[in-house]
Amino acid sequence: MEKRFVDDFLVIDNIQLNENSFLVRMFAPKPLPEIKAGQFVNAEIKDCREIFLRRPFSVFDIDYSNNYLSIIVKILGRGSNQLARVIKGDTISLIYPLGRSFTYPSEHEKILFIGGGSGVAPMLFLAKDCGLPRDNVDLIIGARTFEDHINVNDYNGYGKFHFTTDDGTYGFEGLVTEHPLMKKNLSSFDKIYACGPLSMMKAVAAEAVKKDIFCEVSLENSMACGFGVCLCCIEPTKRGNLCVCTEGPVFNIKDLKW
Amino acid sequence: MVDLRVKIHKLDLKNPVMLASGTCGFAEEINSFFDISKVGGVFLKGTTLNNREGNNYPRMAETASGMLNAVGLQNKGVDYFIDYIYPRIKNYNTPLIVNVNGSTVDEYIKVTEKVDQLEHIPAIELNISCPNVKEGGMAFGISPKGAKTVTREVRRAYSKTLIVKLSPNVTDITEIAKVVEGEGADSVSLINTFLGMSVNAETRKPRLSTITGGLSGPAIKPLALRMVWQVAGAVKIPVIGIGGIMNAEDAIEFLIAGASAIQTGTALFKNPVVPLEIIDGIKDYLLRHNLKSVSELTGSLHL
Repeated sequence: MEKRFVDDFLVIDNIQLNENSFLVRMFAPKPLPEIKAGQFVNAEIKDCREIFLRRPFSVFDIDYSNNYLSIIVKILGRGSNQLARVIKGDTISLIYPLGRSFTYPSEHEKILFIGGGSGVAPMLFLAKDCGLPRDNVDLIIGARTFEDHINVNDYNGYGKFHFTTDDGTYGFEGLVTEHPLMKKNLSSFDKIYACGPLSMMKAVAAEAVKKDIFCEVSLENSMACGFGVCLCCIEPTKRGNLCVCTEGPVFNIKDLKW
Repeated sequence: MVDLRVKIHKLDLKNPVMLASGTCGFAEEINSFFDISKVGGVFLKGTTLNNREGNNYPRMAETASGMLNAVGLQNKGVDYFIDYIYPRIKNYNTPLIVNVNGSTVDEYIKVTEKVDQLEHIPAIELNISCPNVKEGGMAFGISPKGAKTVTREVRRAYSKTLIVKLSPNVTDITEIAKVVEGEGADSVSLINTFLGMSVNAETRKPRLSTITGGLSGPAIKPLALRMVWQVAGAVKIPVIGIGGIMNAEDAIEFLIAGASAIQTGTALFKNPVVPLEIIDGIKDYLLRHNLKSVSELTGSLHL
């Protein structure tokens, strides 16, 4: 079994991305192991007594030269609300690296990312990390309204971005699954990756099944430990109930009972 | 140097800090953080005769200072354990103890007999206290009659160290402890989780698929400590203390109250290296208090 760690990370900065999302960059106390897109950390603010359990976050970025690890914290409840408020100099304890990564695309493949909400984090990490030329990568990012989108300008070199909003205030008006790229061009892709709200991922999965295209999704079941001992985050699959934390969080949709 | 060694019947432990069943998988998961041979012992994930898928999601709800779980003994069954898991873990240099479960006395016996064949499993923990299964489990542990029957039958089938894990969901835990001692248990471990419940006020739905589940964590520590103290005063066999132990100080409190050893459980979810911190903390405490051996602490409560 791969080595895992529990260490105190120092918060370098915390940048607000939109009303509810924060980019938290942390310095690791020792050289970071290799971490791939889709893997996650289980985080808690050091000595925070109000929140009992840790909270899992997909890794958003790794900077091996500076030993930085970044996550995007989207406020969903009490735990994420606490973590979103950290400031430079605070200490966050992380259990890492956890879970299985996405299956990286092979050379020359054309890939499509579909992300929404906090699901954008592992998508952007994979777009940057997969090494494909910009032309081979399309990303559809969905949100309710313009204000819910985060600025992805730094990622323009890694893929072609397409935005949707429910209210039409930015990009295509409608759901990500209604975007023309999904409706007309889906068959031109070799691999589809989706991460975001469950209803969105299920809708994407249904399209991928129809067209028989490889599709992986990243699940966000609530969990306690993050490393496969509490058995709380299970997802029913064709191989039985599996822990999302160790057998996932990335699953091929063929394994799921959706 | 201080002596951390503890004896639980025929089990020689290098220290009193063990890992609780259902919180440390099959030892490999914790071994991915540190060398598992450093702990006093590992109580493996609850095992039944046949494969069990466990309860539906959601199985977990965070609470004030703790959590509720409703896992429901998900495991692949004892034969899978013997064929696929045991060969991978059998050479860890620490006692590995199988947590034995069943819905009937016959199932408890069958699992016990299979585990008895395994050279590197020196003891079993008879789980008569799981609150999350429809049949068996806690049903045996909350009546003196049930506890008596299953302990007697398993004792007949098993000559290695037999530890019985007790439920706190009873009026008088000492009554159950005395009954299992009378039937030949070599040790009792306590406590399993308290039956609890959580409701989402916004949706008016229970937060667990099973409505009720087992409460663990620091929230239950004072209750566990009280029960350990009561049971230690009522039986002669060694008591293993469990319940919300998050650090060395908590562990020492249990030893003083009468436990010979302890298990840390839910704390592992927050801090998987906590057993090492507890072992070091106990060492420091013994040095600070001029004690030579951890066994001097057991039952040393000043009244």
